[in-house]
Amino acid sequence: MEDREVILDIQNLRTTFSTQEGLVHAVNGISYKLHTGETLGIVGESGCGKSVSMLSVLRLLEIPPAKIMADAIYFKGDNLIDYPNNEMRKIRGSKIAMIFQDPMTSLNPVLTIGFQIKEPLKLHLGMDDKEAKARAAELLKLVGIPDSESRLDDYPHQFSGGMRQRAMIAIALACNPTLLIADEPTTALDVTIQAQLIELVKELQDDLGMALIWITHDLGVVAGLAERVIVMYAGYVVEDAPVDSLYEDPRHPYTFALLKSLPKLIDVPGEKLETIEGLPPDLVEMPKGCPFVPRCAFAKDKCRTENPALDEISLDHRIACWVDIKTGELR
Amino acid sequence: MSENNTLVRVENLVKHFPITRGVVFQKQVGAVKAVDGVSFEIKKGETLGLVGESGCGKTTTGRTILQLHKPTSGEVFFRDINLTEASDGKLRELRRDMQIIFQDPYASLNPRMTVGRIIAEPLDVHNIGTPAERKERVQELLRLVGLNPYFVNRYPHEFSGGQRQRIGVARALALEPEFIVCDEPISALDVSIQAQVVNLLGDLQEEMGLTYLFIAHDLSMVRHISNRIAVMYLGKIVELADRDVLFANTLHPYSIALLSAVPLHNPAAERERKRIILMGDVPSPANPPTGCRFHTRCPIAEKRCEVEDPEFREYEKDHWVACHFVEKAQQKM
Repeated sequence: MEDREVILDIQNLRTTFSTQEGLVHAVNGISYKLHTGETLGIVGESGCGKSVSMLSVLRLLEIPPAKIMADAIYFKGDNLIDYPNNEMRKIRGSKIAMIFQDPMTSLNPVLTIGFQIKEPLKLHLGMDDKEAKARAAELLKLVGIPDSESRLDDYPHQFSGGMRQRAMIAIALACNPTLLIADEPTTALDVTIQAQLIELVKELQDDLGMALIWITHDLGVVAGLAERVIVMYAGYVVEDAPVDSLYEDPRHPYTFALLKSLPKLIDVPGEKLETIEGLPPDLVEMPKGCPFVPRCAFAKDKCRTENPALDEISLDHRIACWVDIKTGELR
Repeated sequence: MSENNTLVRVENLVKHFPITRGVVFQKQVGAVKAVDGVSFEIKKGETLGLVGESGCGKTTTGRTILQLHKPTSGEVFFRDINLTEASDGKLRELRRDMQIIFQDPYASLNPRMTVGRIIAEPLDVHNIGTPAERKERVQELLRLVGLNPYFVNRYPHEFSGGQRQRIGVARALALEPEFIVCDEPISALDVSIQAQVVNLLGDLQEEMGLTYLFIAHDLSMVRHISNRIAVMYLGKIVELADRDVLFANTLHPYSIALLSAVPLHNPAAERERKRIILMGDVPSPANPPTGCRFHTRCPIAEKRCEVEDPEFREYEKDHWVACHFVEKAQQKM
């Protein structure tokens, strides 16, 4: 993995929102690197900061109430933190593109599909309308929409959910991005349509060679797609590992429990699922110590007072935990 | 299947929703064929899983069984009583024994009522017990579903999604029903919370001898909780079998594709498995394809499938399927 160029290097990213209830600590100092052409899965439950961390990188949050802080966010060697807003705008949608969760609401209902695909082409690549139209038809065809030229004049409501998400992908790919961020793109869709889209994105990634960050809460989707997986909990990265080690040998108690709570392929009828009792912490009043302590089966005294940093325990495998879950003792 | 242990029997159930045009002089111009002739039985104490994609009619089936929608045609028997012919008074009485847990715990609880009132409502409606007894019963129900009885005076917004779903379960249990339709009770919840609710439903079934119709689109959870599973596509059941049989010996091309589309939690297996990607989208139930409804997306469809609707038949003992080419599906898919 090290021989590939690092294209995204996030260092100590923190995002907070000021609300009436107090300061919400959505992302609490996350750091990781992404390499050229790599597929990274980010998994976690709702409210764990997986979407917010990506929106922070792209500066797509309203400031205030949001406040984004980081030591550095390097994208292809340039520190995005230093970029003024107009420079960021040039990167968004061209070098870094994003597909959003809900294809029903992320397309503009009063503009044609064609208009919305042409927009980035004109804006970022300076194409005229004719060129943009030809390219837009090409892109729609690429994402598997038949009769693409005539469908350019359709409005989003004339497309099904799966087709809308394909159109979103076409918009995202319009400017040949170096990095594509997919924020739960299949969550709102049915499994057979999800399978179509995952296959499509995989093929496109092979052809176009872009890096991919796939945000999801579905551990199954990531298993078939990602090379490396980051598990987030309460705004922290708690485990970061190659996909095979993560599933075969999870080392953080949260990942371990999460994988155990899924129904097995072979299970005995009537057998109980293992559960993680309790709820994620309130992001306004973050507990001292490790955020997973109240739900953790391995918790020690140290965990209640000191929050563990992300630490490399074996090659490419990092966890934020004081305990070795194999022995149940402190590492 | 002997008659006496069947709790619910559905025969050729049809539910069409009219599509109308015009404001003053409305006329019917078509119908959404949400459920178009389904038949099955649910035995006492078992869980029947009903799976399918959105819009296939699984929720409508559940609601029509409980007569929350009046069926267009067909019959539903509950303990051998024909619900479609029962009077309103009789139905109300029978509803004590058949309840529903709704999909969205955020929308199915009245935000202006306290948890205590929400759970007591069925008791109020059916005039069961004195106010003091009802209060007692609400506390008992809260404990039963794993919530603190101290919460009775709180409002739904003070609870998390998983806790709200427990409130929904408590409300469904208030009248000690025999049969509960669970309409996607876990799909709005986070993974770590889903397991909690599924375990709760399992425990309650064991303790109280409940019978479930468990509607879901998440096959792995359905497999975990069900004894038998029915697969629905566009208003019809295409396959019905014991859960292990359905997974080990899948017969219908749609079921095969659906199972292959479910992501596994295992990277090595994911890389090796052959995935069948269905083309296109589910057709509109307002205008379903002729013949077999799946033929427009079926990888093994032939001419016959376009014209002739396959019969829902017992291919092996207790294994029902609606397909002309079961053997071909086995070989080719």
